[in-house]
Amino acid sequence: MKKLVISSVAIATLLSGSLYAGNGTLRLITWKGYAPKALVKKFEKETGIKVKVTYSNNEEMIAKLRATRGGGFDLAQPSVDRISFVQKKFHIYHAIDYSKVNTDQLTKAMVDAAKRISKVDGKVYSVPYIYGTTGLIINKKMAPGANDWSDLWNPKYAGHISYRLKRPILIGAAFGMGYNPFALYGNKAAYQKLIDKVTKKLIESKKYVKTYWTSGDTQKAVVRSGDVWVESGWDAIGWQVHEKNPNIDFVAPKSGALGWIDTFAIPAKSKNIEGAYKWINFILQPKNAAYVTNKSSYMTVSKDASKYLDEKIKVNYNRSYSKEDINNIKWYAALPSGFASIEAKALDQIKAAE
Amino acid sequence: MENKKNFNVTFYLLIIPVLLWLVILIVLPHIDLLISSFQVDSDAGGKIFSFEHYMAFFKNKIYWLTFVNTAAYAIGVTILAFIVTFPIAFYLTKVISKKYASFLVLLLLIPLWVGELVTVYGWMIILGDHGVVNQFLIYIGLIDKPLPLLYTNFSMTIGLLYMSMLFMVVPIMSTLESLDDSLIEAASDLGASKWTIFRKIIIPYSMPGITSGAIIVFMLVIGDYVAPDILGGKSSLWFTEQIYNEFLATFNWGEGAAFGFLLLFISSSIIWLTLKLSGQKLERVGS
Repeated sequence: MKKLVISSVAIATLLSGSLYAGNGTLRLITWKGYAPKALVKKFEKETGIKVKVTYSNNEEMIAKLRATRGGGFDLAQPSVDRISFVQKKFHIYHAIDYSKVNTDQLTKAMVDAAKRISKVDGKVYSVPYIYGTTGLIINKKMAPGANDWSDLWNPKYAGHISYRLKRPILIGAAFGMGYNPFALYGNKAAYQKLIDKVTKKLIESKKYVKTYWTSGDTQKAVVRSGDVWVESGWDAIGWQVHEKNPNIDFVAPKSGALGWIDTFAIPAKSKNIEGAYKWINFILQPKNAAYVTNKSSYMTVSKDASKYLDEKIKVNYNRSYSKEDINNIKWYAALPSGFASIEAKALDQIKAAE
Repeated sequence: MENKKNFNVTFYLLIIPVLLWLVILIVLPHIDLLISSFQVDSDAGGKIFSFEHYMAFFKNKIYWLTFVNTAAYAIGVTILAFIVTFPIAFYLTKVISKKYASFLVLLLLIPLWVGELVTVYGWMIILGDHGVVNQFLIYIGLIDKPLPLLYTNFSMTIGLLYMSMLFMVVPIMSTLESLDDSLIEAASDLGASKWTIFRKIIIPYSMPGITSGAIIVFMLVIGDYVAPDILGGKSSLWFTEQIYNEFLATFNWGEGAAFGFLLLFISSSIIWLTLKLSGQKLERVGS
């Protein structure tokens, strides 16, 4: 049966004529804003390799690569905490050969973190690219005092609260309630208990929530419309909105912003591994990385990019993060397998509750 | 003889691409999904046959409750779509001249060209706290605080209705077009009231159109993802979202496949049951 399906998929791909890959093309699956057109053109000119970009997110990226057993793309960009359990179960990535990565141009702390979090059986599966945090986006005119995860269930802001009903809110809420969920990653039963408590909290306070936002775009839309004063959100999105409306800004929660690192990972059936390394080394050159950051506000791991950054990026950064905030960032640990379903069940319960 | 042979060759040449398409892209993936919906990871690391995924649907209240909720909304939207579109279809076929009618039908089609996602965003702009409707009501002094219109079951219903309305208009129009006006005139001459004419002549005559419209709308709504996801309220968990979550958030493809087949099976059963109860025949609907 499996053979039948595989061959049918192969025929389908042949029919649709998308099976032309090789050293001439690099099929990249990434996030919006991570591969700006200008840089794609520059890369094509320098190397002669054509880049085909597909936009996606963590869940879809993993599902697509799993369906093709690591085929269809030459380079992917999952978050670092979502690599190891997927790799253990589905074997969809190639190990990274760090001798081919120009690590001199990267921040060492970030490389070490990516190596540590994406390690499976002694092999490393990712190169860091962009990092940032999930925290709060606050309308400071309407909710001047809001500064922690616990404000997402503060009755003061009833009817003007929003968050995305996905993994980060469970983690953020746990920190806001005074727990450390990452410390329980070794103990499934204890983690289940903690998530149960968080679920109860979020169901009790559901009446205060205006809506659950579902994407970067809706995240911006609900806060810009003035309907929402306090929402969970990404730092870069908060800064993008701040540019248009100075009353709105990103705030690092007191109990800790959640730090994520998005990376490069090479799918197991990549047809252009050389090209993939070329792209990694190209886009992380200080000037190119700075271009990405200036355009999107996402922070880059490229070490010397800071020389080329716009003033506003530094201003944003310093306004939202004090030194304590930076030290207090809770970096996502690798999600153990089986934990995703605990969280998914909890999220379903919250969504279905009245 | 020669002729018949020619016909056969052309026939097979024409049917092969269709069959290939159906088998490779629709039948085979479905068989694969069906198989995986019956497979569970065993402790040894292999796959074993089991009904566990299907049992999960009936065991967890949240799953079947979501389905009941989704189906109830789909039925409700179908009835609403009929109430809203029947006068439109009647007006377009029987009241105004053909020339204007085709222009108006074109206008009805326009929202379909821009795609569901765009129309859904349009409704966000119209229904939001700072949207057109609320601002207008505040401006004329009817209310002083915006009504919570967006992100409620109301906005979701509007979105679903708007996207599926057209699929009700077209089949009803096509049956009404063949309705001979003299039937209505005759009934009128014999002293039937407007309501009686509507009940005894127009509705029975257009029943095949109404039924096929209802089937399409029901299936579209029960399988929709965008409108419930974006316009829906905090509690409007749609069954398709449940399936999406099983595939993409939990990575539990077996469960997602099982839910997909349950959706297909139960919604088909609902249609079959409704056809039986209302005495309609699928063959007549199709014509």
